Amino acid sequence: MCKRFVAIWFRHLKTDWMIRHQPELKDVAFVLAEPQRGRMVITEVSAVAKTKGLCAGMIVADAKVIFPKVQIHDDKIDVSDKLLTKLAIWCIKYTPVATIDLPDGLILDVSGCSHLWGSEEAYLKDIVTKLRALGYHVRVAMADTLGAAWGVCRYGKEKAIIKNGEQSQALMSLPPAALRLEINITDRLQKLGLYKIKSFMHMQRSALRRRFGEQLLWRLDQALGNREEIINPVIPVEPYNERLPCLEPIQTAAGIEIALQKLLDKLCNRLEKEGKGLRNAIFKCYRVDSNIQEIKIRTNHPSKNVKHLFKLFEPKIATIEPALGIELFTLEASKIENIQSSQETFWTINSSLECLEVAELLDNLESKFGNNIIRRYLPDEHHLPEHSIKLAKSLNEKPTSEWKTDKLRPIRFLNQPEPIEVMAPIPDYPPMNFRFNGKLHKVTKADACERIESEWWLDKGLHRDYYVVQNEEGKCYWLFRLGHYGAGNKPSWFIHGFFE
Amino acid sequence: MKTDEQIYAFKKPTIAQLQRDILPLQGFKMLSTDNSINLGFPPIENAFPNAVFPMGCTHEFLSASIEEMASTNGFIAVLLSKLMQFDGAAIWVSSSRSLFPHSLKRFGVQPDKIIFVDLKNERDTLYAIEESLKCKRITAVVGEIKHITFKESRRLQLAAEQSRVTGLLVRDQPNILNTTACLSRWHITALPRELPDGMPGIGFPRWNIELLRVRNGKPGVWQVEYSSDRLKEIKQNIFSIPMEERKTG
Repeated sequence: MCKRFVAIWFRHLKTDWMIRHQPELKDVAFVLAEPQRGRMVITEVSAVAKTKGLCAGMIVADAKVIFPKVQIHDDKIDVSDKLLTKLAIWCIKYTPVATIDLPDGLILDVSGCSHLWGSEEAYLKDIVTKLRALGYHVRVAMADTLGAAWGVCRYGKEKAIIKNGEQSQALMSLPPAALRLEINITDRLQKLGLYKIKSFMHMQRSALRRRFGEQLLWRLDQALGNREEIINPVIPVEPYNERLPCLEPIQTAAGIEIALQKLLDKLCNRLEKEGKGLRNAIFKCYRVDSNIQEIKIRTNHPSKNVKHLFKLFEPKIATIEPALGIELFTLEASKIENIQSSQETFWTINSSLECLEVAELLDNLESKFGNNIIRRYLPDEHHLPEHSIKLAKSLNEKPTSEWKTDKLRPIRFLNQPEPIEVMAPIPDYPPMNFRFNGKLHKVTKADACERIESEWWLDKGLHRDYYVVQNEEGKCYWLFRLGHYGAGNKPSWFIHGFFE
Repeated sequence: MKTDEQIYAFKKPTIAQLQRDILPLQGFKMLSTDNSINLGFPPIENAFPNAVFPMGCTHEFLSASIEEMASTNGFIAVLLSKLMQFDGAAIWVSSSRSLFPHSLKRFGVQPDKIIFVDLKNERDTLYAIEESLKCKRITAVVGEIKHITFKESRRLQLAAEQSRVTGLLVRDQPNILNTTACLSRWHITALPRELPDGMPGIGFPRWNIELLRVRNGKPGVWQVEYSSDRLKEIKQNIFSIPMEERKTG
């Protein structure tokens, strides 16, 4: 069977993409530019800017002279790669073999695909209309060889579909650049007056090789179909999703458990092979009355342990209402992480946060009591005591700074400071006595004041003057005064913690 | 005819052997895999059988007020620093936690090695303590719990013996002081801090550590100061509990 290729050329790939995300740019002439040798050079122009006479390769200053209202945006280098990969994955609905053609095209191997759309015309028309509906300016061409399709797509003027075996006629009238040649070869051909492919297509091969090198012959052979060309298709990531349809609707908890077990086995088997583990999973039950029941779990550690995951789901199975029966079960892992496997020691039971058992224990507790019960703290670079710690995001997150011990901090801390009545000498001495919980405490000892200013760039508030005081029984408290003594204002005192 | 003393001398090795056999049955197991820890304060260690602070069991701490709770937490932090010296992890289960993680560092505990489990009620707390005690990869579990029945404490003690995890139960103002299956019962209160020669400031933490009950050991009272990362006995006014107030479990 003869091969057929489709080449798609995005004439304004990145600018069209920007318009899709910022529709206000639609009627604006804008260009993308990047610095090259100390000046800004246009790398891509939008469709509107093109009508104003701007083109890629121009210097921004020149472009501004031609069309002063032009908008300049920074070019992002890696956008086109990602964008084309996404488009190639989108194109998989047309053919299983799609590949990207940097910087601005796609190549589809459509051998044996187009008849599904009726004809090749209908097939190409469908691709073009769908891509245009997405907002991309595209040109497409179909031919027996990749090279011919590429050339016709970018330089052809008449028709987009080159019939079987007609690629040499189609290439005749195209410029040499349509053969995907390097710029110095096209320049040399130009210099020698070989403006069209037909001028040198039938020349002696040895002469062409001597003058222009091997590459020209290669490209010519590839375009004419005398040499195979291998493409490297994109492979989309298969979602971590397992399905289990049922012959008869399932109504019992035992049935649901069996279904869950089977799905977990399948999913974990795949995760095991790929060295991955799941962090979030959703178990969905499609009922016969088209209602969807779902239960979710979350883990602290990427897990592929069927037993453990089943244990997390188990208490939630009772919340599923099967009603008239469930006909389809699906299990989806919405968050996947790589598992860093480490060598385990055999002879000692070492205890650490990274152990799987600890993570599984925390999962069990979370699944029973809710998600916000587990906290681990890391130091944060703030002076205010309530801001000096932050929550760790995961079990293996390491502190970025040291735990400081230069300032004395109480072992028990009140999240909400409690107001106290105080007798204290002015202006900044520790109190002589204070009343807390209805009891008068006489201060026998006190440490010097530690002033903590509030962070004005974060929030407004008065500074706090902290004192460590000890009462006559030897109990130590952390008190603070909010603000200064001043004309007319009497600062309030609070208790904020207890020392051991 | 043998005298009583001769009979006793004859039976002494047998009795000693029996006593050694009874100890593990009462929760004092020493496994070869255990990292034995050293509190660095011999008087307290001598109160326990074999003069070793027992691990893989539960200890109970009483506190009568929020200030005593702070002192108890301080002493627990010292114990944790000793228990976790081999890079372990600990779990702190509570339903009304006000411990400030930052301050644990002063007692030699790396605060990020502690996982806090904050629950809504006592019932959940008890479940979480038991589940945590069953996890072999944890060094210690601190549980703040007000009420615990004998049966519940027995479950925790058995779980700890099984997994070799040390459980520290902090009982804040319990309504009734019932018997528990814990190996020991402690009461920590703060003592006035002192500095030499009237130096300004507050001074180092000082505690009155009462070991009220200990199975097969000798209860006692110690006045201790914690400074430069270790416990030191305060020399002046040493006293001990009168004999009639001593109890053994």
